[in-house]
Amino acid sequence: MSDVIIQGTNVAHTHDAHGGHHGHEHHEQHFITKYIFSQDHKVIGKQFLITGIIWAIIGALMSVFFRLQLGFPNETFPIMEKFLGEWAKGGKLNPEFYYALVTMHGTILVFFVLTAGLSGTFANLLIPLQIGARDMASPFMNMLSYWFFFISSVFMFVSLFIQTGPASGGWTTYPPLSALKEASMGSGLGMDLWLISMALFVVSSLLGGLNYISTILNMRTKGMTMTRMPLTIWALFFTAVLGVLSFPVLFSGFVLLIFDRNFGTSFYLSEIFIGGKALSHIGGSAILYQHLFWFLGHPEVYIIMLPGMGMASEVLSNHSRKPIFGYTAMIISLIGITVLAFVVWAHHMFVTGMSPFLGSIFVLLTLLIAVPSAVKVFNWLTTMWKGNIRFTVPMMFAIGFVSLFISGGLTGLFLGNSALDIHLHDTYFVVAHFHIVMGVSAFFGMFAGIYHWFPKMFGRFMNNTLGYIHFFITLAGAYLIFWPMHYEGIAGMPRRYYDYSAWESFKNFESLNSFISIAAILVFFAQLIFVVNFFVSIFRGRKVTVKNPWGSPTLEWTTPINPGHGNWEGDIPEVYRWPYDYKDDGNGNDFIPQTTPLKPGEEAH
Amino acid sequence: MMLVFVIIYQIAKASEYATILRGEGKINARVNRTMAWLLVAFFFLGLYGIWMCHQALIDRMLPISASEHGVEYDKMFLVTLVVTGIVFFITQTALFWFAYRYQSTEKRTAFFYPHNNKLELVWTTIPAIAMAVLVTIGLRNWIHMTSAAPKEAMVVEVVGKQFNWIVRYPGKDAVMGKRDFRKINDANNVLGLDWSDKDNMDDIIAQNGELHLVVNKPVSLLIGSRDVIHDVGLPHFRMKMDAVPGIVTTMWFTPTITTAKMKEITGNKDFVYEISCDQMCGKGHYSMRGTVIVETQEEYDAWMAKQQTYYASANPAPAADSTAAAQPTTDSVKAITMK
Repeated sequence: MSDVIIQGTNVAHTHDAHGGHHGHEHHEQHFITKYIFSQDHKVIGKQFLITGIIWAIIGALMSVFFRLQLGFPNETFPIMEKFLGEWAKGGKLNPEFYYALVTMHGTILVFFVLTAGLSGTFANLLIPLQIGARDMASPFMNMLSYWFFFISSVFMFVSLFIQTGPASGGWTTYPPLSALKEASMGSGLGMDLWLISMALFVVSSLLGGLNYISTILNMRTKGMTMTRMPLTIWALFFTAVLGVLSFPVLFSGFVLLIFDRNFGTSFYLSEIFIGGKALSHIGGSAILYQHLFWFLGHPEVYIIMLPGMGMASEVLSNHSRKPIFGYTAMIISLIGITVLAFVVWAHHMFVTGMSPFLGSIFVLLTLLIAVPSAVKVFNWLTTMWKGNIRFTVPMMFAIGFVSLFISGGLTGLFLGNSALDIHLHDTYFVVAHFHIVMGVSAFFGMFAGIYHWFPKMFGRFMNNTLGYIHFFITLAGAYLIFWPMHYEGIAGMPRRYYDYSAWESFKNFESLNSFISIAAILVFFAQLIFVVNFFVSIFRGRKVTVKNPWGSPTLEWTTPINPGHGNWEGDIPEVYRWPYDYKDDGNGNDFIPQTTPLKPGEEAH
Repeated sequence: MMLVFVIIYQIAKASEYATILRGEGKINARVNRTMAWLLVAFFFLGLYGIWMCHQALIDRMLPISASEHGVEYDKMFLVTLVVTGIVFFITQTALFWFAYRYQSTEKRTAFFYPHNNKLELVWTTIPAIAMAVLVTIGLRNWIHMTSAAPKEAMVVEVVGKQFNWIVRYPGKDAVMGKRDFRKINDANNVLGLDWSDKDNMDDIIAQNGELHLVVNKPVSLLIGSRDVIHDVGLPHFRMKMDAVPGIVTTMWFTPTITTAKMKEITGNKDFVYEISCDQMCGKGHYSMRGTVIVETQEEYDAWMAKQQTYYASANPAPAADSTAAAQPTTDSVKAITMK
């Protein structure tokens, strides 16, 4: 398809006619350097993705266990004992381990899946391919980034099996709970492993992020100006900027916590009586940790959201056969979100006793962030308007992404307004809000990306029918799980409770909790459809026969079907136009690749 | 379970082969139409589901707010709900309508429409104005609820520990005495009151987490923690504040409905205002329950008259030397009262 369309003087095109068959120009690499300690950005991207998928299964399985407890507090489930042994003696989850599961579920999904698994995968895969580079600025650092993530994963994984259990103070690990071994079982060795793992994770994230930024700034091919970059790249760029500027602050917070835990300092500790004795710590501030944590913690939300936004933009435009509406406005709104993301962190802390005046500043800044978010939604909708929409699986997920982003984003207006947050804070309303917007919505962006770029990753398609089943069960399931949770939150039901049956105010939600649990378990199994589809399709999926199966103008589809290390055979193509030229090319195609020079008299976008 | 998977997989594989056999173009048109319809169906089922969900749950929501500013809270909540509800409905309708209306057909070509500055300006301005309105309402309420408590407010201290609440009343002198965490022991000085401070002598401590308040009388809570961070959650009064070790946080409100009256309103004779711990504090977090009893001034006075000062109850006569109380301490983690 693309062979016909791409014309002109570009050198790369001399190879195009047989693009797929030139794969063996490269020397055969050893298995270890090719697949394990690979420096090829595409392989590293796949490593991040597959590690992320494995973590996602573990993290989601944890949610199945604690949902069983929440939905059916009076039942026993012998099968849990098989999985969890002592922690679920007689099929009943131990409260201590319930909290460990909740903590690990959060940590794993937020950091290992939706940060490393998401931007690790797509920044690696897409940045060089879409800007026209042979690889990252530093392929070696890039490899280290993955392996630091791997070691970090090993530490976290090991912590699941130690006798006192993994960290159990919530994914935010607020001290003093997380700082004092007397406060909870999970604050012992499990917390040390958690901190080591997260410190390594920060290293991985910084190595990756610096690489992404320098690659985007320095290694674009000829003609690829910043304003000719696809929105995926813009989004991944700002994701990396957010990470690089905020992860070090989190790291400093962790270092102080490690000192408080092990070396007798009092950064976060003051006037504590625990385990039958008064501790000697005086003068620290438990709130300081929260400031340091949320200074990453909030940008982290956008680290999770932005890649999905970028990919949804790309997918919506491509499968609507229309340029993204308001390309410049999309970039400006990304900038707005990125800048504001750094100055809204304290909206997580309205009820910590922080100065109410400071609180009101953060209310203002927080609600400001709704403006660029709204612009993005309107632009996505207008992108679909008068399009020629193909309901491919990635497109379905992109539509689901927008729907969920709207639903989850709007509830942010309740929580960001301190006068409303004061009642909703730490209730199920919060759980519903962030699961829809940065949980499921981000996952939908990720799924859209996986289904869309799977052909580029493996030279095969994923199964469509399974994709559609996966889509509808997940979308309906997500709403069934999280929509009713808003009601629980409005009724004041606190999150992170093991059992509500002793509470007069909350026990009337028992049947609803069972309903939510059943939906959650069904959705979990629906994700296994995706997992099976993914792994089977790598080996058995329908083969891609044309270089540009989606008819996309962007550069990654000018590479051979199975590109080797270096991506393009021959020279890297030159770029002449913006990435969304979905218009008649005069040969019966409805798009013009970025590599096609402007026609005489044609105006650049 | 495995069997279901295998079956789904086989069907999927078969339909994929059929796609190839029948020619991709043709089957795509059919699948495309089906998907457009399914999305529309999802949209309407979703709206129906929202309605059903509302019907099923509305009876289980909190009763009318039992505090003055809680009434303001509920109004503001409603305004925000209406604003977001309208946006939700318009954008979701547009999303699913466009998906259906502009599904790919052989005749259709997409409309090349890269940008329109006027349009974009409009929909930057409208959300900005809506936000300004919400912020204004929000900050007005926020400033009101976080303002200094009225002078006539009664003062009560609420202290969290793993895993229960301790409530201290200032006693007859209406002054809280000093306390020091180094003087705490679980046997006879749970809050570490400094007995050299005379103001402590008439202070009253309720270790069962019962907070007695007088209806229509503002109350100012001094909130503290002995160990980790807790949170005083008062859903019926639409209030919440963290209990942080090392600092004292505050909040005030005016309860407007007595517990007895609320039993009538809700038709639930077991009704009780509850204090929930809303900040994860360890394995007993979910059982860290306190109660609030809102009563008339007479009932409150009668109850108060029956209370013994903490000094008297912790130091049975003859008054022992308090500083010598280095008794074997109980492990607070083990001493939890699990429900």
